[in-house]
Amino acid sequence: MWKRIPEQIRHVVVPIVALVVIYLVVRHLLIPSSFGLWGHYRAASAVQNAELPLKYAGAEACADCHGEIASTKKEGYHRGVACETCHGAAYTHTQDQEKQKPQINRARSLCLLCHEYQSSRPTGFPQVVSDSHNPLKQCIACHQPHDPKPPHPPKGCDACHATIQRTIAVSSHGNLACSMCHEVPKNHKLSPRGNPAKLPQLRETCGKCHAQDSSASKEIPRVDMASHGGKYLCWECHYPHMPGAR
Amino acid sequence: MNHEIARLYETLKLVVGFIYPNEIELGWNLLIVVYPYITGLVAGAFILASLVKVFKVKEVQPTYRLALLTALSFLIVAPLPLVVHLTHPERGFEMFLTPSPSSAMAMFGFVYVWYLMAVLLLEIWFDYRKDFIVWAEQEKGYKRFVYKLLSLFTRDTSPGALSFDKKAVYAITVVGIPSAFLLHGYVGFIFGSVKANPWWSSVLMPIVFLFSAIVSGIALVLLIYMVAVLVRGEEPDMACIDKLASFLFYMMIVDFSLEFLDFVHRIYQSEESIHILGQLISERLFVSLIVIQLILGMILPLVAIALIKMFKWPAEIRRLSYFIVGLLVQFGIFSTRWNVVIGGQLFSKSFRGLTAYKMAVGGVEGLLVSLGFLILPFIILYVLIRWLPPWEKERAPSVPSR
Amino acid sequence: MKRDRPDKGLDKSRRDFCKTILLGTVSLAVPGSILAATEKKGLSDWYGTKYKPAEHLYAMGIKVDRCIGCGRCVDACKRENNVPDYPFYFRTWIERYIETEDGQTIVDSPNGGKDGFKAPASDKKVFKTFFVPKICNQCEKPPCVQVCPVGATYRTEDGVVLVDSQYCIGCRYCIQACPYGMRYIHPTKRVADKCTFCYHRTVKGLLPACVEVCPTQARIFGDLKSKASPVNQFMRFNKIFVLKPGLNTEPKVYYADIDLEVR
Repeated sequence: MWKRIPEQIRHVVVPIVALVVIYLVVRHLLIPSSFGLWGHYRAASAVQNAELPLKYAGAEACADCHGEIASTKKEGYHRGVACETCHGAAYTHTQDQEKQKPQINRARSLCLLCHEYQSSRPTGFPQVVSDSHNPLKQCIACHQPHDPKPPHPPKGCDACHATIQRTIAVSSHGNLACSMCHEVPKNHKLSPRGNPAKLPQLRETCGKCHAQDSSASKEIPRVDMASHGGKYLCWECHYPHMPGAR
Repeated sequence: MNHEIARLYETLKLVVGFIYPNEIELGWNLLIVVYPYITGLVAGAFILASLVKVFKVKEVQPTYRLALLTALSFLIVAPLPLVVHLTHPERGFEMFLTPSPSSAMAMFGFVYVWYLMAVLLLEIWFDYRKDFIVWAEQEKGYKRFVYKLLSLFTRDTSPGALSFDKKAVYAITVVGIPSAFLLHGYVGFIFGSVKANPWWSSVLMPIVFLFSAIVSGIALVLLIYMVAVLVRGEEPDMACIDKLASFLFYMMIVDFSLEFLDFVHRIYQSEESIHILGQLISERLFVSLIVIQLILGMILPLVAIALIKMFKWPAEIRRLSYFIVGLLVQFGIFSTRWNVVIGGQLFSKSFRGLTAYKMAVGGVEGLLVSLGFLILPFIILYVLIRWLPPWEKERAPSVPSR
Repeated sequence: MKRDRPDKGLDKSRRDFCKTILLGTVSLAVPGSILAATEKKGLSDWYGTKYKPAEHLYAMGIKVDRCIGCGRCVDACKRENNVPDYPFYFRTWIERYIETEDGQTIVDSPNGGKDGFKAPASDKKVFKTFFVPKICNQCEKPPCVQVCPVGATYRTEDGVVLVDSQYCIGCRYCIQACPYGMRYIHPTKRVADKCTFCYHRTVKGLLPACVEVCPTQARIFGDLKSKASPVNQFMRFNKIFVLKPGLNTEPKVYYADIDLEVR
């Protein structure tokens, strides 16, 4: 039977079959043992990934020993800020409290990473312009970082609404007090999220100055409150902090 | 700070607009430009060889064996730039251990081995088998043994066996054409299937790759044939050369049409990425795409061959023109690969900016190594030609006496 | 480096792997199955037994309106995961978007936002501006896993895309395939690297480092398979969006209050 196959085929097939067999054997030997156990990968690799060493311990670990600070912090504005956000990775400290100390960075630059004024930051987030905000003092001289109440409530609104303050300053509404349009609850400055300021809910708020029968200065543009704007509140079309309509 | 990091800092200064921070480093560099260029030459040269066997184009018979050997020498080099560019080349064999069924790249090893072993080597073997036997008879010493080994110790040169060889060559070529299409179309698919990259992601990519491959392969064999004839001091077969140029011309027209279609399609569809791709062409790829790939590598050769076809110029001028056309086409197709591979990584997937490619000269990913990979196939080809003379007149004329 | 849970079995398997290569090439007579059987036992004394990946599905929510661009997440990520401290390698980063009144959108991310942001250089009038944190989307249909030729990157049952740094050959196809630019070649390990949702933390019940240190809770992390999970609440109370939904990657990082310009 074998001899009846043409000589060429016989001489070609033997080395090819040999190569295929060698390949199959070598492949069988070399495939990592845990490969394919849980999918098309080495199962051992998932375990290796799961067992990498920790650097950050997590706030719960800190509270185990530093309960007092944790409970102070829980009441203050920094309650959402993890210990390691400011003190750095501290897993080694949880393993060896004496030799491994977490960092205590008292520099202004650390606080300013969050609190330096940036127009891109969401409004309401407390910000300062460091060049004019007690430039020579450390932040912690006035603000206790675990309970960073300001020594006195901010005088203006710009401490948290700096972008709006900057916008309105160059607009024709620059001289108006915020409270002229916004109703601000008494405790807004102490607990802003619990006592949010309100947006004007009536067209008459703007009408005080812009209605045709208003007694305000003649230079202020007037509109016919009855026909202008329809069902919309004024600020739904005009941005009062930078009024664009002329 | 090491060299690589220093280069990235330099590149950082060249970034225009916004790119994702990890995009500064190009994952695929010059070596990956060389790789599809070389596989393209392999596929193209093989398709040319199959013209003789399957499509019975008698004129190009003189280039048949030369085209096969060219394909083989480039195919041997084809995987090298791939392996070398791996950050862990020593793990490259894993591609054969645990090829991922979902990966377009995993099949490369198998497609490559299939093409090398089942197509090219077998076809060459069946075509040369009788010659191996004859040469083994003629030679002495170690050469005799090498030829015997090459003939896999077959001895049958009866007319029946020889006609079996011929049939085998024909059958292998028939299988080989789709295999060559597969080899290079597949390389195109590796790029064309990346949906994250709008410059690559296109169904036309494999087909464009394939036809540009055929173009580059024909042009290469044309060049090698003309040089070989010159070196050997033979009379060039103008019918063959003209025929090769004709096929080059037709294939270039198909290639040009496909690329033009791709271009028009993109502009007409005008998807989200169109703006950044326009910026990519005007700010980063103008020379390599518009000047080299399109004008020098495509339009100029097309016009030249068209003129030659229209006016019957003397053979000398035709040969010179074909030679220049062949070279231009090589530069053009290399640029095509460059524009796909490098171009596809120069714009950010945020579609908001461009990075730059600073090519190294030394080092594994540098210019010198890539040049080496482009020269190496010619050295291999030289050795192959020495051992397996592809010239028709050296085919063993008759059955040797025992 | 001290291992948290030293697992001798793993080091052994690595040694055996090398040994196998040697044996395999030297002698083909060694039956591979015997070697394999010894390794499969004791893969881990807790992972896959006490911790069952199939019982979890991790996801992250990002409240764009809360991000203040402090970059603490980027810093913590680099420390926790030994990400090289150069401006080309990030597992997570912060982008700043500035949309100007003349309709342009300017985006930047100096050093990934790790050192915070300076006032924008442009003096164009700002229409609106905000920060956006970026992180691996841990896609349910990850293109990076699809293209990996050898199975060196994979999605675990708890929904995290990981890299096998001992198996990755460094072909960089995954880098090309990721639509979000989340992968890079680690310059010293020379393998693909990416965010793992801090897998070594989350499987132990800790938060990913970036979530842990985020001072405004802009990042929310949790288990979609647990009903009382912050991420489920986030999904319930916000209108959410994912990045590049048209690519059908099905991200597991969800954004609330995101802008059209974010890509």
